[in-house]
Amino acid sequence: MTSDVPLWEVFVRARRGLAHTHAGSLHAPDADMALRHARDLYTRRQEGVSIWVVPATEITASSPDEKDSFFDPAADKIYRHPTFYELPEGVAHL
Amino acid sequence: MSGLAERATTVDLLALGDDALIAAQRLAEWVSRAPTLEEDVALANIALDQLGAARMLLATAGDEDELAYRRDDRGFRNCLLAELPLGPGRGDLDFGWTMTWLLMLSAAQLLRYTDLAAGADEHAAGIGAKAVKESTYHLDHATQWMLRLGGGTEQSHRRVQEALDGLWPYGHELAEGIRDRWLALVEPVLAEAGLTRPADRWRPDGGRAGRHTEHLSFLLAEMQSLHRAHPGAQW
Repeated sequence: MTSDVPLWEVFVRARRGLAHTHAGSLHAPDADMALRHARDLYTRRQEGVSIWVVPATEITASSPDEKDSFFDPAADKIYRHPTFYELPEGVAHL
Repeated sequence: MSGLAERATTVDLLALGDDALIAAQRLAEWVSRAPTLEEDVALANIALDQLGAARMLLATAGDEDELAYRRDDRGFRNCLLAELPLGPGRGDLDFGWTMTWLLMLSAAQLLRYTDLAAGADEHAAGIGAKAVKESTYHLDHATQWMLRLGGGTEQSHRRVQEALDGLWPYGHELAEGIRDRWLALVEPVLAEAGLTRPADRWRPDGGRAGRHTEHLSFLLAEMQSLHRAHPGAQW
């Protein structure tokens, strides 16, 4: 039966101020049920304050074959990395 | 049993606790057998919520292990609905039947826990307040499935209507004293799901007085066998 039921990707926000992070995926007949299942599967130990569910078919993913052209050119451009700045004391999420 | 009779104030707690305990045992039958893995986890969660509420209620009414494992069927005060098989016959597991059962049960539990939370007894009110949140979720879960099964395929609609027709009579005992408020929760769900609310005819009862269906003895035999074979056994 599971194969007939659409797959959903689940994103959970751990607490206010943080971004939603991919937590995993699940099967559900529609968005409302996906949200409820996500609550049971991914927040049962108080992992989150907010959940997004997205149909897995709606996600356009980069292909592993394109890895070189997509990601490698960034490796030698050190000026893109904020390594020349002093990090102020007490900045937690930068 | 004499200890129970002395504590008349705990009779309601005992009935509520027995409803939750027997419901937990029934729901546990779904573990590893639900239609999807996700639903398996959801039903197990609900069963564990029921067990958690049962433990708090029974521990308030007396010794929880004595009450759960040493009473025979005549000593239990749960309503008949809680002990019924989750399908048309003994040993059956029918999903539409289970969701109908959960809709009826959790609506009544939500109302009784709400009343408990508003009561004068601080300890009982605390139990009620915790259980209200869980029952709200159980009711929502059942509601979501009733809408989908009632408005789903011809087969899902037919089977959930059969379940409703079979279980409806037991709603009288379940919601005794809170019937109007219970109907106000349940009827809109049935209407939205396109299901026909059965007429009120047969009104089986007796569970609150310890007169149960034959199904409870089988359930208790399974639930109590370990404790009876090894009294005081611990994990």
